[in-house]
Amino acid sequence: MRIEANGIEIAFDGKPILAGIDLALRPGELVGLIGANGAGKTTLLRILADLLPLASGKVLYDGMPAKTLGRRMLAQRLAFLAQGGSVQWQMRAEAVVALGRLPHRRPFADLTEADKAAITSAFAATDASAFRDRSLGSLSGGERMRVLLARALAVEAEMLLADEPLVGLDPRHQLEAMALFRRIAAAGTGVVVVLHDLSLAGRFCDRLVLLDGGRVLADGPPAAVFEDDNLARAFGITVARGSRDGEDFVLPWQALNHGESN
Amino acid sequence: MSTVTMSLSASDQMPYWRLVTLLTAVTLVMAGLSLAVGYARLDLFTALGDWISGRQTLPALVLVELRLPRAILGALVGFSLGLAGAAMQGLLRNPLAEPGIVGISSAAAFGAVTVFYSGFAGAFALALPLGGIAGALLAVLLLFALNGRGAGTMTLILAGVAINSFAGAMTSLALNLAPNPYAALEIVFWLMGSLADRSLIHVWLVLPLMLVGWALLLSCAPALDGLTLGEDTARSLGFDLTWLRLRLIGGAALAVGSAVAVTGAIGFVGLVVPHLLRPLVGHRPGRLLLVSGFGGAILLLAADTMLRLMPIRPELKLGVVTALIGAPFLFSLIQRLRREA
Repeated sequence: MRIEANGIEIAFDGKPILAGIDLALRPGELVGLIGANGAGKTTLLRILADLLPLASGKVLYDGMPAKTLGRRMLAQRLAFLAQGGSVQWQMRAEAVVALGRLPHRRPFADLTEADKAAITSAFAATDASAFRDRSLGSLSGGERMRVLLARALAVEAEMLLADEPLVGLDPRHQLEAMALFRRIAAAGTGVVVVLHDLSLAGRFCDRLVLLDGGRVLADGPPAAVFEDDNLARAFGITVARGSRDGEDFVLPWQALNHGESN
Repeated sequence: MSTVTMSLSASDQMPYWRLVTLLTAVTLVMAGLSLAVGYARLDLFTALGDWISGRQTLPALVLVELRLPRAILGALVGFSLGLAGAAMQGLLRNPLAEPGIVGISSAAAFGAVTVFYSGFAGAFALALPLGGIAGALLAVLLLFALNGRGAGTMTLILAGVAINSFAGAMTSLALNLAPNPYAALEIVFWLMGSLADRSLIHVWLVLPLMLVGWALLLSCAPALDGLTLGEDTARSLGFDLTWLRLRLIGGAALAVGSAVAVTGAIGFVGLVVPHLLRPLVGHRPGRLLLVSGFGGAILLLAADTMLRLMPIRPELKLGVVTALIGAPFLFSLIQRLRREA
């Protein structure tokens, strides 16, 4: 599924959060959404998932507005992983992941074989099969995040929008999650992830969208987005650059003093 | 009740439909017990025989005029409270929510008190419950208006707080200005909640309202499951939250509003029952709905049967008994939750 956002404007309490955003998302692409705190990443992701009403601008899904596509159809084709991952009730991990199948199920119908297969493969993909029968409250933050990611994968959508899916994950599972996103994208799904880890973003993503103050500062392949000027302006930092096995990477190195970035 | 649930807790994985069947059976048994227990000695089988063959004997009259309405209303009101409590806890994602949290119960109580106060209560049998239903309706119109303007769940809770305190204040005002102490006493007693001296007319009045309310609440099960992971996730799973809140408020108003209108305020059932049964359905808010309905019916029938067996006269008010059972129970639950945490 293609998502096209044009002229996105949104303000809370008169303060503009996003201004004049144009963005096109394609199938088979792993896009990293990066930017400093308050740059508008989460807001943009929620708009792309049709979770926020727009002041102006429009979002089209395969050329259609969400209304035309229909709520249920959109839910089947677009999966959204919310930030933070709060779960109110102490449900078993399996029941949580099964929630991802709700858009595909008739109300009150039992899980079909296809549902069960999707749930099992989602658990396997996030290396969370061992927690299947545990309640969410008994899991650590990182383990819970993997179950929630499995929930989003279980939708088997054509587009996956994930807000900070790496929070709380140990380094190994961060790498595995990024590799997973890359695999999913390679298989044809569009993936957009909000990330704070620039090293991982640069290494794994096909394309980075750098937000600064509610505008797109840079949009393109990581090497182009990670210019010193862009990083200084958006984050107020300098980076160290290196390469290993023919892959370039950046490492946040030093915070610039205020004013230095301009 | 407690022995049943304790033995169930051990088998956490009991299949859902078996649990529902079991609770249905226990509800029927409790309703039977409620029929069998009363102040007048009654041979249930003679009474049933007389009633079926159309003989207007005293046992048949006791059964149909006193026992039957009491048992049926106990089951209906308990089911409504348990179901609406589970639904509200699911909507607000808060185990402390109860059916009246959005102000419906107190508005219904206020409506009934207004009828009392204005002296219409004696005019015709249904004046009181109709007043209660009118009160609940007013609260719902207010909540719908807010919901229609895109108000979120938090706004609804705050509106509920406002409605609760306003209706409470108006009820106090009615007591304050009561024409005589007996009128005030009558209002206070009614507010405590009771199933005594209701007739089949009351059953026919509330049954259709409750059935529609139950259907609305039960239809929310999948959406309440989706809501477990927060409002954004629920919407991304294809659920329309404005429509969901509309159904839940409407359903709770029909079920609980009419329950309060015929029995007065009965607390704790809607709060405690979902808590008690949640582990048995794997903490899934959708599956908790039907199960809590039956749990509420069982608890209320048990409490109402117990108060008739107790050697205390005048009979204790049902709302008092449910609170006496419910409050210590809630304490023990909090203790257990703290140990688990």
